[in-house]
Amino acid sequence: MAAAEDASRPFAGLSDVSISEDIPVEGDISVPLGSSRRDDEFSTLDEPVKETILRDLRAVGNKFIHVLYPKRSSSLLRDWDLWGPLLLCVTLALLLQGGAADSDDQGGPQFAEVFVIVWFGSIIITLNSKLLGGTISFFQSLCVLGYCIMPLTVAMAVCRVVLLSGSGTVSFAVRLAVVTASFGWSTFASTAFLADSQPPNRKALVVYPVFLFYFVIGWMILTFSP
Amino acid sequence: MASTSDPFQFKEFEEAGNLLEANRDATTISIEDEDVKPHKQRNAAGFAADEDGDTLGNDDQEELLSGQKKSVPFWTFEYYQKFFDIEAIDVKERIVGSVLPWPGKNFIHSHLRRNPDLYGPFWICTTLVFAIAISGNISTFLTQFGNPKYKYTPEFRKVTIAATAIFSYAWFVPLALWGLLLWRNNKVMNLVSYSFMEIVCVYGYSLSIYIPAVVLWILPFEWLRWCSIVVALCLSGSVLALTFWPAVRDDHPKVIIAIMSAIVLLNVLLAVGCKAYFFSSPSQRMPVHSSPPTDAVKTP
Repeated sequence: MAAAEDASRPFAGLSDVSISEDIPVEGDISVPLGSSRRDDEFSTLDEPVKETILRDLRAVGNKFIHVLYPKRSSSLLRDWDLWGPLLLCVTLALLLQGGAADSDDQGGPQFAEVFVIVWFGSIIITLNSKLLGGTISFFQSLCVLGYCIMPLTVAMAVCRVVLLSGSGTVSFAVRLAVVTASFGWSTFASTAFLADSQPPNRKALVVYPVFLFYFVIGWMILTFSP
Repeated sequence: MASTSDPFQFKEFEEAGNLLEANRDATTISIEDEDVKPHKQRNAAGFAADEDGDTLGNDDQEELLSGQKKSVPFWTFEYYQKFFDIEAIDVKERIVGSVLPWPGKNFIHSHLRRNPDLYGPFWICTTLVFAIAISGNISTFLTQFGNPKYKYTPEFRKVTIAATAIFSYAWFVPLALWGLLLWRNNKVMNLVSYSFMEIVCVYGYSLSIYIPAVVLWILPFEWLRWCSIVVALCLSGSVLALTFWPAVRDDHPKVIIAIMSAIVLLNVLLAVGCKAYFFSSPSQRMPVHSSPPTDAVKTP
């Protein structure tokens, strides 16, 4: 009993506590300054929209430069994004339009067909690489394959410019040279990124589908006739 | 009085390891740290209980030790990964083996050796599809080179048609053949039986001879096209015949003839059909294009 009284004594004085109206309950609920600064670095809600868009555009542009000068670097793999491949695919599909438009259905590839070939082909090559035991992830591989279409898109733009001046044998020879060079560049650039993720005795098995993929895209570009 | 070889005695790890080396197929019991005490008690209770309780966990160890493949359900990724367990040298060897038939050498036994792969059939079929479409396009362009009425079109629709034809040949014919062989196996006891994947593999690799043949068909010479088609048919047909001969030779003679001729006939149909559809000869195209201008001239 004495123990019980002792136990209740620390709380004894609280039984008559009441909050009177003349004690103001007020304060500042703002977070202290130190932690709010850290939050601002990670939260992007407050920055202007232009800044958000420019950050992504800078990342995409950075990867374009990496494709132009393909060194064995891992930045394309580390921060993968699919904006660049989407931009390139849409540009390529748009540039391949307007060819043989007045003919029947035996014409050039439609917009959707280019999309299907590029994305479906990339997915199949990625699955192939993963089934062969590659260490690269699904989206990283899609990112690399999509970005390495850039030389072929540039070649398509050059081909359209060359075709403006006529479609004889000379223009065909020029277009053939440009497309062949860009096809070689694309294949070389993508294998520079993808080759490291495979064991050495299967590298050829992974490179061949990439070769076939860019060959088919190069063929679509070469056979474009206005 | 407990003897030294008392099976219920808990053995030290090294002894168990030595026992394992002596008999690789023995059931092993993996004892983790937190389970030592219960395991010891269960050990005393009897080996049988341990085996039943631990076989599921020991499956991996057992199979790894006995060198067999794990059986995983077919909806997982790993199931398909075992069909890509192949190296570049193996693929090259298999392609060469499918092109050069050697009497007495069975493609499945000498090259596949219980490791059929899906890489070869899939990519050979894809390459063949694009090769047919591109070569057909080039050959049409070459035959119409001097013709001013001809407007060049890339003809991408033909890729879809080629893909349908080649992939259905490479998948449905093996399916039918496998079903047929299975059915005959029930009637007649055959020494040799092939799995579905092995048959798909043989058919896929046997299409590889057509890739150079199709490229040769670009040149608009009929005699060259017919020569190359005959050579390709002989090579791929004989590879298929030599492969399936051991599986049917114990059967009724009429059934043997029926199966073998069906294999060869389907092969011929595919080759000739592709040639006829995608590669037109020069004489066929000219009259079609020259008629519309005369109509245009007549109408005032």
